[in-house]
Amino acid sequence: MIRISGVSKNFTLHNQGGAVIPVMAGAALSVAPGECVGLVGASGAGKSTLMRMVWGNYLAASGSIMVGGLDVAQAEPRQIIALRRSTLGYVSQFLRVVPRVPTLDVVAEPLLQLGVPQDQARDRAAALLARLNIPQRLWSLSPTTFSGGEQQRVNIARGFAHGYPALLLDEPTASLDAANREVVLSLILEAKARGAAILGIFHDEGARARVCDRLVDVTGFTPKVAA
Amino acid sequence: MSRMETLTTPLLQVEHLTKRYGTRIGCADVSFDLWPGEVLGIVGESGSGKSTLLSCLAGHLTPDAGRVIFDTRDGPRDVLAMGEPERRRLSRSDWAFVHQNPRDGLRMGVTAGGNVGERLMAVGARHYGDIRAKATDWLGRVEIAAERIDDRPSAFSGGMQQRLQIARNLVTGPRLVFMDEPTGGLDVSVQARLLDLLRGLVREMGLSAIIVTHDLAVVRLLADRLMVMKGGHVVESGLTDQVLDDPQHAYTQLLVSSVLQV
Repeated sequence: MIRISGVSKNFTLHNQGGAVIPVMAGAALSVAPGECVGLVGASGAGKSTLMRMVWGNYLAASGSIMVGGLDVAQAEPRQIIALRRSTLGYVSQFLRVVPRVPTLDVVAEPLLQLGVPQDQARDRAAALLARLNIPQRLWSLSPTTFSGGEQQRVNIARGFAHGYPALLLDEPTASLDAANREVVLSLILEAKARGAAILGIFHDEGARARVCDRLVDVTGFTPKVAA
Repeated sequence: MSRMETLTTPLLQVEHLTKRYGTRIGCADVSFDLWPGEVLGIVGESGSGKSTLLSCLAGHLTPDAGRVIFDTRDGPRDVLAMGEPERRRLSRSDWAFVHQNPRDGLRMGVTAGGNVGERLMAVGARHYGDIRAKATDWLGRVEIAAERIDDRPSAFSGGMQQRLQIARNLVTGPRLVFMDEPTGGLDVSVQARLLDLLRGLVREMGLSAIIVTHDLAVVRLLADRLMVMKGGHVVESGLTDQVLDDPQHAYTQLLVSSVLQV
């Protein structure tokens, strides 16, 4: 479902003398449907960079990133937009929403984008929020004022609202208490069971052991420094 | 036309659009496609040519060179080669233009209901009851209370005026909306409400939109794609989050790194 090969990445800092910083070379991995692959490596090794290249908000300098038949490294913006709508989901560490939009609608939005009728989308959103222990009295409020853990759970609910065939998870269990961590892990296991291909970053080793089938150490993709 | 064909034809194809003011460049050699349902953001500092570009696209300015091909209900046509009456018809039925200052897009001496109803009459509506019902419905959609229908916009707050301008523009069911700094000059809480409203309308009506703004937070939340302009030229374009998170051009890097984090 996800197949990365020969991917490299440089950052060119035009406003700092045009410094070119190579951050990744020869990255390769694949994730089959129903499989969860964990990215590991020290902080700064490039886990998030690789994940962002799959999502398409970082440009790859070379190589191919196939997600469900589309090469994200080469695709037109509108192809990536369509991919994100139906095929590829992403739970980032930060919730980014239009202020003042009620939590229930924030979670239902990915479904509305797909044309799911509003009441159905809201029912699904409500079920997820309830499962993630967000009190119902908060559903009509914007999540912008919520605590970090609550925002994280709203983000997870939004990411799991639609059954994406491919899913990127960036630290989904960070800042969660034991009970909510358990809910998130079962959501991940359910997604795997329905055949989702999952690529994730988990600093929580217990969580990693529970959901990951394989680990890929991104340190192997660090460019060799010449001279 | 089959559904597949509709999906694979851009709504708007802009080719090598150039506008000069004497020897100064307004915008130079701008080309892009806009697809149905897509929101394109155009950012850049004051004087970068973004408003000139928007005015050329909307037919308010005549460019010196280039083509603007719109997928009309009768197939793709070069808007710049159209006669004035035909272009005006198009701008009433298929296009909408939301000005930064609502006073430029509203008739201040006419009631709120009249402002909305006038646009319906311009495309042929004649039944008073229908027009009033539709105007009331649209005022509700932009969160203006029905009892304000007979008030003039001069009695409205800035945020209400902007919402009224949006109702006036969208009531005829356009397919393409041009917006020039639609949230400029509004305080942030009103901006947020307007952004939510615009997002909902874009999704429900399947609108395509071109939004000119200098506010990167607005485009991040509203635009699918982004074009960055400097000195009349497009220096970078791509997916909105890609351009903002991994900017490639020196100017975009400067622009993105200059934003204050809140």
